[in-house]
Amino acid sequence: MDKLTMTTMENSIRYPEETPDRLRIATSSKVVTRRNFFRLLGGGIAVALSQSCVYGWSDAPPVSEQLAADENTIAAWIHIHEDGSVSVFTGKVEVGQNIRTSLAQVVAEELAVPIQHIALIMGDTSLTPYDAGTFGSRTTPYMGPQLRKAAASLREALLEKAAKALKVPATALRAEAGKIVDGSSGKTLAYGTLTRGEKLLIPINEAVTLTAAEQWTVAGTSIPKINGRDFVTGKHQYTSDMVLPDMVYGKILRPPAYGATLAAVDVTKAKAMPHVTVVQTADFIGVTAPDPQTAANALARIAAQWNTTPQPSKAELFAYLKDNARHGGGDEDDRQEARRLFEASTHRLEHRVEVQYIAHVPLEPRAAIAEWNDGQLTVWTGTQRPFGVQEELAGAFSLAKEQVRVIMPDTGSAYGGKHSGEAALEAARLAKVVGKPVKIVWTREEEFKWAYFRPAGLIEVAAALKDDGTIASWEFHNYNSGNAGIDLPYEAGVKHIRYHPSRTPLRQGSYRALAATANVFAIECMVDDLARLLQRDPLEFRLSQLTDVRMRGVLTAAADRFGWGGKKAPGHGFGIACGFVKNSYIATCAEVAYGQANGQLEVVRLVAAYDCGAIVNPKHLENQVLGAILQGLGGALFEAIDFKDGRILNPTLSTYRVPRFADIPPLDIVLIDQKDIPSAGAGETPIVGTAPAIRNAIADATGVRLHQLPLIPQGLKMN
Amino acid sequence: MATIQLTVNRKAYEVDVDPQMPLLWVLRDVIGLTGTKFGCGIAQCGACTVHIDDAAVRSCAIPVESAANQSITTIEGLSADGSHPVQRAWEQIDVPQCGYCQAGQIMTAVALLKKNPNPTDEAINESMTNICRCGTYNRIKKAIKLAAEGA
Repeated sequence: MDKLTMTTMENSIRYPEETPDRLRIATSSKVVTRRNFFRLLGGGIAVALSQSCVYGWSDAPPVSEQLAADENTIAAWIHIHEDGSVSVFTGKVEVGQNIRTSLAQVVAEELAVPIQHIALIMGDTSLTPYDAGTFGSRTTPYMGPQLRKAAASLREALLEKAAKALKVPATALRAEAGKIVDGSSGKTLAYGTLTRGEKLLIPINEAVTLTAAEQWTVAGTSIPKINGRDFVTGKHQYTSDMVLPDMVYGKILRPPAYGATLAAVDVTKAKAMPHVTVVQTADFIGVTAPDPQTAANALARIAAQWNTTPQPSKAELFAYLKDNARHGGGDEDDRQEARRLFEASTHRLEHRVEVQYIAHVPLEPRAAIAEWNDGQLTVWTGTQRPFGVQEELAGAFSLAKEQVRVIMPDTGSAYGGKHSGEAALEAARLAKVVGKPVKIVWTREEEFKWAYFRPAGLIEVAAALKDDGTIASWEFHNYNSGNAGIDLPYEAGVKHIRYHPSRTPLRQGSYRALAATANVFAIECMVDDLARLLQRDPLEFRLSQLTDVRMRGVLTAAADRFGWGGKKAPGHGFGIACGFVKNSYIATCAEVAYGQANGQLEVVRLVAAYDCGAIVNPKHLENQVLGAILQGLGGALFEAIDFKDGRILNPTLSTYRVPRFADIPPLDIVLIDQKDIPSAGAGETPIVGTAPAIRNAIADATGVRLHQLPLIPQGLKMN
Repeated sequence: MATIQLTVNRKAYEVDVDPQMPLLWVLRDVIGLTGTKFGCGIAQCGACTVHIDDAAVRSCAIPVESAANQSITTIEGLSADGSHPVQRAWEQIDVPQCGYCQAGQIMTAVALLKKNPNPTDEAINESMTNICRCGTYNRIKKAIKLAAEGA
């Protein structure tokens, strides 16, 4: 490629280096149905995680029929090839949480194979079993154990097979490093040779014994990121990097504001450009061109007029959310009782907490490549829900699901922000008309304006204390943001807790830890203020109201590491907060410094303790905890979407601030490894402690009690 | 359209493009070096960082014509196999999560270390203005220091 003009590159779609050649056949862009997939695999042995027993394999049609019928009960499968390499098929996807590594670890552990022999095939609707999506911290607690069970079932089947071959009892054999070893004779049989010339599909053994976390040698260790080198050389191909032969680039005409409709449009100038195609339907206008610059130029030459309708603005957001709320339901008796206790109490507080919309800002914006082939559609796209996008596409083009294949290459992050398939749909619409593969990569501005946000929320919370300092009543109303993390972890007399869905002025959806970022903030602000009302230490006050030993454990661990109760420099404040979401526990301590002279508020340091059960990969767990805390820092301090009349006013990285190097305080993380407790997912929960810990530290340093997120978008204003 | 001569990773290229096309798109979509990423288009996030001579620049905001006849280095030009000391440090510290920003981070770090072989935390904060949304900042700092020690 010494001398190039505009070009497309042949054969430039790459699959992970470790993908076996035989799978490359199956991963050409033609649609592969699951039905014929098993035929494409070579010999060897496989296990499918199905409740029903599935015997035999490949050439006998009933098997594939049965597999197809069992589609919904199959969660994953593992195949050991004749050369001893192992393919693991899962519908989960990799977006930087490093599950490609952690899932390989648990398979390596149970199957007793070197981790280098394992390749994960992830998020491909034709090759992997159905999966609802990668969200909710569900991979580690659900997919992890299923794969362990599958791997252990395979190991036992191989032991049985070797026992027959060697004519010894299976109990005399052990599985080790991809081989069955006969301890007495010293004979070994590699897994691959055991099944040479055969195609075996075995049922999962639900009763199989799994290796206890205490015995782990591969799981539980800090295996580095699988294929990590590809990310430091630039070799890894994200969707936005991929090129198909003859591919063109697409751009979509966007309205200027929410609710705007097209009044008139003139596309003649764009149409007149060489190599440009304009695609126009009633509600959709897009262009394609041989390069992104020409596509952008063509889009700019479309003259469109829009009708706009009145839309809410940020200034009236919280009134709007409350006015448009639907009542959360349930009976009102406990509410009246909580009110009565509140009115009767001499120690009581009432807060109104405002939480702004914030953006995920995944650094790789939405991207997709769509290709039509004989009425079949193949789309590569970065999504947390490949099967959801498959359904979306099938619905949009009136196709059977089997006619749509969605493939998710390891993607440039998501944080809950990529559940949807907008770019996939747009690329598919354009590709259908132009008859060529089309790539769409959203601009940052499109990502800010037309993706979706973490919901804004209004929270009203009222709490009263008994004379003995315990919580007498707790009334909590969340308008719009959601019910994740809404339950009170503390002991309380009467509780009335409701989430009231509302109309949302902006498009909203999932976010790391969902509404727990808002609810835990509101809870932990109130609890801290109750402690201060009684002039009690916020840590001691919390511990006095908590019975959950694991919550107490993280609080104590964080406080110990932080030096809670130690001396503070003048102008400094300490804050603490804790939360329980999705079966894991976080406690965070913050130290802030307020400069009287300059009015600057600085987060001096953060300490967090986290307990998610047995740790699968300590280093990568720490990374996830750190990442969540830092994402939480942005939402705590300054991130907020500004909007007026349905227009996003800060849709750029110069106007929407996210944490950078200089914003990162010293951080200390305590990981509590609970070997006897099943591993929970860790991508979300650690985010929830950051904002309330900082807020409570600000209150400690300055006496100012903030009740909004972000806390100090323009610095701390002292009245 | 204009014919523009470029030197990328010590190789000569002649491209026939709109002279205003950002260098990033020429690198990625014309020449096919996709290690350099698009993140924001306004030189804010640093995912598109490459070197012109020894300086780290944001290729999304540089018209290709202004890079003509200069020596451009991309992540692919550091080494083909990840053997550049900064890439090695990145791998050793296991920095990447989603990895999307890392090529830009590495290119910024390489330029920093050329100017300042032993950067302090403050110098790192000042030079490393790239965004990492996964929050790998602390490991990036460690990797820069490791590379500095090894240099």
